[in-house]
Order: sequence, then structure tokens, then C-alpha cells
Amino acid sequence: MSKNVDFNEIQRFSADIRKETLRAIGAAGFGHIGGAASIADVLAVLYGGMMKIDPKNPNWEDRDWFVLSKGHCGPALYATLALKGYFPMDWLLTVNKPGTNLPSHADCQKTPGVDMSTGSLGQGMSSAVGIALGNVVKKRDSYTYCIVGDGETNEGEVWEAAETAASLGLDHFFVFVDWNKKQLDGRLEAICKPFDLEEKFRAFGFDSRTVTGYDVEAIWDAIESAKHVKGKPHCIILDTIKGLGVKLAEDQEFNHYLNFDLEEAEKSMAVIDERLANGTYPGGDFKW
Amino acid sequence: MVKVRSEIKVSPEEMRAAYCNALIAEAEKNENIVSIDCDLANSCGTKSFIQKFPGRAFNIGIQEQNACAMAGGLSRAGLVPFFHTFAVFATRRVYDQAFLSCAYAGQNVKICGCDSGVSAAFNGGTHMAFEDVGIMRVMPQMTIVEASDPTMMRSIIPQVANTYGCFYVRMPRKTVYDIYEEGSEFTIGKGEIIREGTDVTLIAVGMEVVEALKAADMLAEEGISARVVDMFTIKPLDEELVNRCAAETGAIVTCENQSVIGGLGSAVTEVLCKNKPCPVEMIGVQDLFGEVGPMDYLQDRFELTAPYIVEKAKKVISRK
Repeated sequence: MSKNVDFNEIQRFSADIRKETLRAIGAAGFGHIGGAASIADVLAVLYGGMMKIDPKNPNWEDRDWFVLSKGHCGPALYATLALKGYFPMDWLLTVNKPGTNLPSHADCQKTPGVDMSTGSLGQGMSSAVGIALGNVVKKRDSYTYCIVGDGETNEGEVWEAAETAASLGLDHFFVFVDWNKKQLDGRLEAICKPFDLEEKFRAFGFDSRTVTGYDVEAIWDAIESAKHVKGKPHCIILDTIKGLGVKLAEDQEFNHYLNFDLEEAEKSMAVIDERLANGTYPGGDFKW
Repeated sequence: MVKVRSEIKVSPEEMRAAYCNALIAEAEKNENIVSIDCDLANSCGTKSFIQKFPGRAFNIGIQEQNACAMAGGLSRAGLVPFFHTFAVFATRRVYDQAFLSCAYAGQNVKICGCDSGVSAAFNGGTHMAFEDVGIMRVMPQMTIVEASDPTMMRSIIPQVANTYGCFYVRMPRKTVYDIYEEGSEFTIGKGEIIREGTDVTLIAVGMEVVEALKAADMLAEEGISARVVDMFTIKPLDEELVNRCAAETGAIVTCENQSVIGGLGSAVTEVLCKNKPCPVEMIGVQDLFGEVGPMDYLQDRFELTAPYIVEKAKKVISRK
């Protein structure tokens, strides 16, 4: 199913997303780098060929839609959108600065290509289900993709939305859970046990599976395979490592939100290039 | 053109029926209108919409937060969602979803809360929204309307549907009075002087409009000339009309079926303070929780009826 897809190109795109996210957060001086890094690969798959989009016409009604429910990782989405040409690359240096179009949390009123404002966790899942349902009412052949954080699944609203998506049989709805095992205050297991996320979504009526979340080919194949399952929404648990591919985040046990400058960002960007060159991207020899 | 009936009687039509029929009439013209319910379609009176437009009505169960944020998504996809539940859940329970996924996201969501204030009656204090207007009023870009009778409901629902933006539509669901002649037309954002007067203005909203009219009759018997305004749009408030009433009558009593903190009384006094203040007294719930009981008991318990308005009118005139 994936023989015509250039996964090397998608992987290079994910590297660019990590690099530009580093640059954006480095220019701001602080930000949610850990969870931004762990969604770079799924963003590369979605915007690198999976989604039906037109960057010159962000409001094209028949596009595929995307909601970043973990809205605090806005800079990763901004890097992706800028690289795709939704807006100029130099906007990335304005993240969180006065008057910016790129606030820390995703904002559909400010940023071309952002389909929904998010940031209060749980709500993006609901609004994405609303978009998916709206596309059914409007008889569009559009998919709606949503990324939620694993910590975000603490929110009951995620499960309300899941129940509704399944109850309505929204088979053009995909939720990805960024299962990076950490939330702001520590490890999920220590804060609020997630139990078996894949099984939980299955119990809520989803077609549910788990893939290595930084393997772009595995992610692509999982989406393609899920599309053949009709009558149910789809959940793909992305087994990720928080901060993977970003050296300055890999070096920290807790990397949800870090302070760093452009100089430090550039050192980690150079590591990405080294790993690409020696075939060890994204994680290098990094091991927990 | 607005015409008050010569005789004001209980309407044969419950407010929820007037609302739903108005919505159906609009939905027949606008295929983008959709309805979301949370297992209260029977109570909110939206069952007939569901029967009429099964492909555009979604009763998703008891999950108001999800429903409200979903409404934001439905709007983003190009639809005009009307989200129905009791007023307490339509505001207090979903406040963050109404804020972020609807208003902040710049969406076109119509939040419709029934059983406003004391009309929640036998559902009691847990279900009695007195704070709803106050909390919704501080939300930017949220228009707040409360129709006082079925004719007004028929006039304003098409405007709610066809004006882009977030609305909070507040209403009792059952018994209401017919105040206006059929065919009366109202414009959202413009209050209506429905009875002229020179000594005091009674600015009322919702079910308090009937009480204000009764109070004006009682005051007339004592030689006091009271003007009555139906201020069915609480936000944005008709500031020009408020200032004019202050200038022309020199005293105001606000009358609302909700907390005086943050509601119509607050809105009116905020306007007056910026311009030429005049004495104001407020009829409304005085920082209290609701309680259970028949509506006439509750109207008296919270001092919302005409005799209390008369008392406040005399007091405010004495303060001129």
C-alpha cells in the first residue's frame, strides 16, 4: 500500500519540522519542546502526503482537516505549516512575541492553516469530532485528524468525544494519542495511570492500534490500513519518546517545557543533520 | 413595529414550542442549521426539530461539555449549530467550552438555555440559573437575548440564525404570557419602549416584562407615570436607550429573573456611570442560591413580582 510513497522524503520533512520548531522556540526563549518533538513524525506523515490540502487555499472546504488538541505544541504545527507554504518561514521567529500570528497555543483566528483553536485540554478532541460530523452533514469526502496528548486523556471530555464519534460511526475521524509517557508534572504512571489506551479506545467503539510513533512508514501504513475499516472512528496510539530527536530535550528527564536560546537550538539542529547523515535519525544512539 | 396586546393573558403556546417552531421555520430555509441536544430534547421541546430534520439533529447524550465544543467544530465545518440544554448546563457547566471552542475560536454557535431563573421551579436550586447572564456577559463577542413572549421569539430567532457569531438565547420553557400582537417585529440590540411614562423607567427582561407592566398599572393608580422598556438584548445593551430613559425620566428600576450581580442591573448601571448617572434600584435575585418550589412562590420568595417593583419605583423616585 505504501510502495509509491517516498518515506525518506517524509523523514527529512520530520527533521525539518524538528529543526524549525527548535528555531521557533529558541527565538522565543522558552516553550513546550518535549511534546512538540514527539509529534514531528506524525505531522510529517499527515502534511507530507497523507492529507488532502492546499496551502494556498487553507479554507478549501473539501480538504482534510486537522486539530491539534494538545494545543500547547503549536510551534510544531507552525513549523509544519510554514514548511508547507501556508505562511512565510520568518513568521516562526515571532512565536509568542507581541502581535504575533503564532501564539503558544494554536489559534484558528490568527494562523493560516490552523483549523481550530485549542489549548484547554480535551476540547480539541470534541471540536474535531464536530468538524468530522460537519463534514458528514456537508457530504464531503474529507478526513479529520486530531492529535491528543497522553496526559490529555486524563480529561473526561476526551472520552465523551470518543463515545460520540463511535456512536455516530464517524469512520473519517482519526485520533492519534501521543503516548510519550510523560505529562507536565511527571510520568503518567505516577500522576494518573492511563491503563491500556489502545484497549480503552477499542472499548469506546474505535478501531484501535499502536505503532512506533517516530517511524513514519509505520504511521503511514497504520493510517492506510485503518481507512479500510468502515463504520468506526480510528485511534492510533503513537508509541513515542518525549523529546526524541531534539538533543537538548533528550538530555532532560523532564522536558515538557524548557528554556533555551537560539544558540542552543542550533546545536540540537546540527545534531539532527548529523543523525540524518549517519542514518541514525531521529534518536541517534539515544537510549533511556 | 411593536404593538402590546390590549389584554395580556397566558399564552396557549409554551415557550419551548414557540422556540422550536421558529427554529424549524428557519431551518426550512437554511440547510446549514443543525441541532445538538444532550438527552433533554423532550424537556427543551426540540423533539419536533429532530423528527423534521433527522439528518441535522444530534442527540448525543448527557455530555454537555463535549456537545458545546462539538458545536464549535460543526460551526468551523460551515454549519450553524443550535445547542440545547437547561440554562445551568448551557452556561455554568460548559463555560470553558463556550469560551474557547465557540467564542474565542470565532465560531457561529447558538447556545440555547431553557428553564431560566425561577422558571426551573421544581428542579430546584441545583438547576436554577441565576448566574448565567453574569458569566456569559463577561465573555467577549457573546450576544445575550431573552425573549419575553412567543411573538418576540418568532421575531428574533431568524436574526439569531442569520447573524454570524455566538449567542446565548435564554428562555423559560413552559408557561409564558402573550404580550405582543402577532406580527410585532424586534431588532436584536434595540430595546423597546412598550409603555410611555415620565416619572421612572422600568427596564425589564424576560418574564419580568409582564411584572413591570403590571407594576406600571399599579403605579398609575397612585398617579405615578412609569415607562416600561423590554430590554430583551442584554448584550450588547442598547446604551442610547438607557441614557435617554435616564435623561427623560430621571430614575430607573431594572427588573430581571436572575442575579443582580452581573446581569441587566449591572449592565444598565455600567452604562449610566459612564454618562449621566441617575438613581437606580434593582429587582432581581440578591446574591442567593435558588430553591425548589412552584414558580409563583419563587417569584415572591426572590421579590420579583409587581408589588416589589412598585416599592422599588417609589424608592428610586424619592432618591431623585
